[in-house]
Amino acid sequence: MSAFGITRASRAHAGFVAAIVHRVSGLALAIFLPLHFLSLGLAFEQEAFDGFIAWANNPLVKVSEALLVAALTVHFAGGLRLLAVEFFGLTRAQAVWIACAFAFGIGAGLLFLLRAF
Amino acid sequence: MSSSPDNLLQVKIWRGCADGAYEDYVVPQQDNQTVLDVVTYIQRNLDAALAYRFACRVGVCGSCAMTVNGRPRWTCRTHVSRVAKNGMLEIAPLQNLPVIRDLVTDMTPFFEKWQEARGRFVPGEGPKDTLARVPPEQKERAAASAAIECINCGVCYSACDVVAWRDDYLGPAALNRAWAAYNDVRDGDRVGVLKAVSTGTGCNNCHTHQSCAEHCPVALNPTFSIAGLKRATLKASVKGELSK
Repeated sequence: MSAFGITRASRAHAGFVAAIVHRVSGLALAIFLPLHFLSLGLAFEQEAFDGFIAWANNPLVKVSEALLVAALTVHFAGGLRLLAVEFFGLTRAQAVWIACAFAFGIGAGLLFLLRAF
Repeated sequence: MSSSPDNLLQVKIWRGCADGAYEDYVVPQQDNQTVLDVVTYIQRNLDAALAYRFACRVGVCGSCAMTVNGRPRWTCRTHVSRVAKNGMLEIAPLQNLPVIRDLVTDMTPFFEKWQEARGRFVPGEGPKDTLARVPPEQKERAAASAAIECINCGVCYSACDVVAWRDDYLGPAALNRAWAAYNDVRDGDRVGVLKAVSTGTGCNNCHTHQSCAEHCPVALNPTFSIAGLKRATLKASVKGELSK
């Protein structure tokens, strides 16, 4: 119920933004995964797979890959933040720092992996 | 809209029921003026028919909460200088509650949910249980203390997105109260609290947006109380206590 024509200024805080980022990144990953499995499936068909690899060399696809890594990292870190608050009763600040530390570590690791290919 | 002169506030106030509209008022600005002072000025000098609710004026009774420039606030302790934007205030009733008229909401669903969440003391079998010794440093006592100072203002309930999505959700205030009740070791039926809050409308609906904690005027953290209830209900559920 968003009554009175008020833009909900009450939502302008870190917790709400974190929740939205978590959901949007989750949705992005859910859309990506079937495509990912499809491309893996193509590996059995040489011609189709080569075509796919050529398409994947497109700069736009490369940028999308980086965004995907970011989405994965953010989603993972957001999940850890929730677990820290809900299961370990940590305060907001502690949960955010834990999530940031993991996000940095995983992000760095995934970027390294991307560069390796 | 043009900005007002320094000494005048442009105030929009919600008039009517849920299908009402904003009306404009001009109010002289004063030092240390609260939002409740502004509403009272309008009611006493400009429009005697304006309905609003207040009692103590000093942040104890929790009856004057309203939506001020889009955020739920206790108006008696909210200084105009802190919240006015370019000399403008937009004041509406609390969200997520039925509007009776103007700035007055019907708090009935809010308080009924306190009962539903079993946020009240149930005595033990005899004086030995009920008069149990509770050391201040006890873990449960500390958890209850952290949740106990609620003034029932409805700010968290108004800010909660889950309440906005489903109006049968018990909401942060009732669940925070239930957490305090659950941590009262003198209570004769602590599992009863967990049964009350683990229904389809209970604590497991919380999405941890933390809007309640963000807006609580007395700096409580209902999100953590709800998280505590989630953990306690999970443990009780694994032990089979909730189905007994």
